Amino acid sequence: MSHAPTGVIERPTPASPGPKSSLGSRSLPRLAPLGFAVVSVALGVGVSLAAGWESRIQWGLISALLFLAISYVATTIVENQRQARDRLATSVMWVCFLVAVVPLASLLWTTIVRGSERLDGYFLTHSMAGVLGSEASGGVYHALIGTLEQVGIATVISAPLGLLTAVYLVEYGKGSLARAVTFFVDVMTGIPSIVAGLFILSIMLMFSLEPSGLMGALALTILMVPVVVRSTEEMLKLVPNELREASLALGIPKWRTILKVVLPTAIGGITTGVMLAIARIAGETAPIILLVFGSQLINTNPFEGAQSSLPFYIYEQYRIGEAASYDRAWAAALVLIAFVMILNLVARGIARWKAPKTGR
Amino acid sequence: MAKRIDISGLNAFYGSHKAIEDISMTVEPRSVTAFIGPSGCGKSTFLRTLNRMHEVTPGGRVEGKVLLDDENLYDANVDPVTVRRTVGMVFQRPNPFPTMSIFDNVAAGLRLNGSYRKSELNDIVERSLRGANLWNEVKDRLNKPGSGLSGGQQQRLCIARAIAVEPQVLLMDEPCSALDPISTLAIEDLIGELKERFTIVIVTHNMQQAARVSDRTAFFNLAAVGKPGRLIEIDETERIFSNPSVQATEDYISGRFG
Amino acid sequence: MASTTPIDTPPAPPVPRPSPRSTGRMGDKIFLGLSRGSGILLLVIMASIAVFLTYRSVLAISKDEGNFLTTFDWNPAGDPPVFGIAVLLFGTVVSSIIAMVIAVPIAVGIALFISHYAPRKLAAPIAYVVDLLAAVPSIVYGIWGALVLVPYLEGLNLWLDQFFGWTYIFEKTEVGVARSLFTVGILLAIMILPIVTSVSREVFLQVPKMNEEAALALGATRWEVIRLSVLPFGRSGIISASMLGLGRALGETMAVATVLSPSFLISLHLLNPGGGTFAQNIAAKFGEADAFGRDALIASGLVLFVLTLLVNGAARLIIARRKEYSGANA
Repeated sequence: MSHAPTGVIERPTPASPGPKSSLGSRSLPRLAPLGFAVVSVALGVGVSLAAGWESRIQWGLISALLFLAISYVATTIVENQRQARDRLATSVMWVCFLVAVVPLASLLWTTIVRGSERLDGYFLTHSMAGVLGSEASGGVYHALIGTLEQVGIATVISAPLGLLTAVYLVEYGKGSLARAVTFFVDVMTGIPSIVAGLFILSIMLMFSLEPSGLMGALALTILMVPVVVRSTEEMLKLVPNELREASLALGIPKWRTILKVVLPTAIGGITTGVMLAIARIAGETAPIILLVFGSQLINTNPFEGAQSSLPFYIYEQYRIGEAASYDRAWAAALVLIAFVMILNLVARGIARWKAPKTGR
Repeated sequence: MAKRIDISGLNAFYGSHKAIEDISMTVEPRSVTAFIGPSGCGKSTFLRTLNRMHEVTPGGRVEGKVLLDDENLYDANVDPVTVRRTVGMVFQRPNPFPTMSIFDNVAAGLRLNGSYRKSELNDIVERSLRGANLWNEVKDRLNKPGSGLSGGQQQRLCIARAIAVEPQVLLMDEPCSALDPISTLAIEDLIGELKERFTIVIVTHNMQQAARVSDRTAFFNLAAVGKPGRLIEIDETERIFSNPSVQATEDYISGRFG
Repeated sequence: MASTTPIDTPPAPPVPRPSPRSTGRMGDKIFLGLSRGSGILLLVIMASIAVFLTYRSVLAISKDEGNFLTTFDWNPAGDPPVFGIAVLLFGTVVSSIIAMVIAVPIAVGIALFISHYAPRKLAAPIAYVVDLLAAVPSIVYGIWGALVLVPYLEGLNLWLDQFFGWTYIFEKTEVGVARSLFTVGILLAIMILPIVTSVSREVFLQVPKMNEEAALALGATRWEVIRLSVLPFGRSGIISASMLGLGRALGETMAVATVLSPSFLISLHLLNPGGGTFAQNIAAKFGEADAFGRDALIASGLVLFVLTLLVNGAARLIIARRKEYSGANA
């Protein structure tokens, strides 16, 4: 290893062992992490059993820590410290992923298993009229009606409002008004649902209004509009400017350009955004507690009288605290999750199907 | 410091698409070797196989041998990280770390590879910046972000960063294509100085540049779009530009295609 | 120009139909009016939220015989009415902090896992599932937390008490199920994981390839690439993602209302059941509240509103400043 001809300062010894010219190095076999995982899970379970711990959470934590320690030490010994740090980072990522997957999988699994016990045609077509909390009877029909009506009203108000606002921001928006709207849309995105509920409640207190589906829908609107604005804005921004210019250059007025060229191009994404927003508000409980009040009976009129809704129903049944009511809560939770997931899947399907070509 | 590279039977793939086929050549130490050829002929891909950067691309895969003074870069027990530390690279667009100062940019590679005392670090950073002909322009603002420099300065900063770790080989992937003529000239001068210490491989679209800076030139071509790129010939730069042995090379150089 | 004809009249109209420009102008005006009107309506709604909440709150607080900020009690129906938010503020902040401490590192880990570590065939489905999980309604998290998570956490609680009891906060002095602020924090962490993950992931995917290659070409390991290129670039994104998550955690109602066994005490023994949060207290006390009691709850809601505004505002400021400094968008 002859030194470079130029006046090189003495190099400090590099951290990597062995002569610098050697590219080869000892390394662990490719499947080593899998082996570490197996060993640490076995050890973790063994230790936990020996110590008599019952909670699986403890088992998992012990195994995870063992896994991190084993991979770090083994890599330090066989390779070097830099590689060990890299391996540790990789292991941490995997552990993070698993740590997150476990509760989420448990949530879905429990809902499906517990929910399917009670979920049948009867459950979907009957209300809770005259059913005692401890009775294994009754259904979710009145709550379904309530959810559909409240969410429907909220959508009818929010979709045009949000769409027009987004059009304003993207197509016309310059100056302080647009900046203010952008800022406050951001602020609105962060409003907790219960605060939106309290706002409508304060209006009800001012004008002595009675609880009804409409009041709940208004609170849901406040939650939904900013989501629609944001997603529509994103979609409109994806429409290439050349399209607009091409249309304007043909002498087509701006509003027709927007209606006939810009919106149709972005319609897939906009629909997706609206559906995702619907999915989000369909699960809101807090405003319904404050504003719709809940009911055991079927009330198809959203403008008068108390109604129920799916999330409210879940909460109500949970609070009764009987085995039968827990069953109903899980079944309703399954219905709600199915509703939300189907909306999501369809929305994302539309997004993929009608995606404007953006190169991404 | 500089090493010879022997490539034999090298193929590179993107997924199932073969980008370059059966390339064998020798890159001499302490000299500048230029790769020229039409767009899409795989010269950048080939360059990236020389420090195992190709396999970073999704689907990237390499077959064949690249010997760096008798050691195959693609041996099973070779760590790509060590390879990249030994074979430095400068990219098409200057890419200093945007959140780091000029000093930290140059020191980044050193800090990865070991711990240095402050004074050692200062010396190496100064030496590298001088080596990249950038010292006089930045010595008063070493703590300013590297992204505040001009394009040409940024590229020389990247060169300083690459040579700070004293690599054996320096790969340059069209280092001047994003720069103005004056910055280009500065870099070309710099390449002339750097070849005293490093083996340099440069990919360029600009044939005058290849003629100006390189000792040897390799011409790559592809039979048709979608077909893999191949090495047509490699020779002394003077011969390639005056009297190439293959007709295709002459056609390309005289501007008849490409 | 002393011409009598209007300027934009063409000298010889070639097309017999009515000038398109005039209808266009009318349509433009209407359309602009509508869309600008929607924007203004949003501003009006925001303003009225602030005004209405403030007005009702003032009505309530002016009759409060306790100190609204420091009283450890919530009894607006009493004589005299006494209520204060101290416990709620404490519980809200503490449970959200626990959630952040747990969720942000894990979420960043998952985001990096998806963007840089997972096998390519796995990455897209995982990202998709994470997005779907963000859509699970909070009430479902709530009953899952209360009926599944709480029993499972008892072992962990015992453990923390046993090994970390000396830290005071993990000392469990009361017997009882794990319906504590700590459990709430864990549940909130699980709930905000998807949102923090998907926002961070977006940012990590936007890291310019050339920045990563710069690090790779210097001989950086994968972790070092992340440290040198990905994390510095994504820092502001991580912060904004965390703030979004924090905003959710602060205002979360149902998950807290189902899991927590509330009490009007402040205790730093986080494992003991008890405490309360703004949103949980509103949901729990609303049923029994009279008109004045509702105003009192609105007052506490106003505080929550301001709190979330501050968090979101801070996030925005940090992002704006960061952008200026780094110039990373070049």
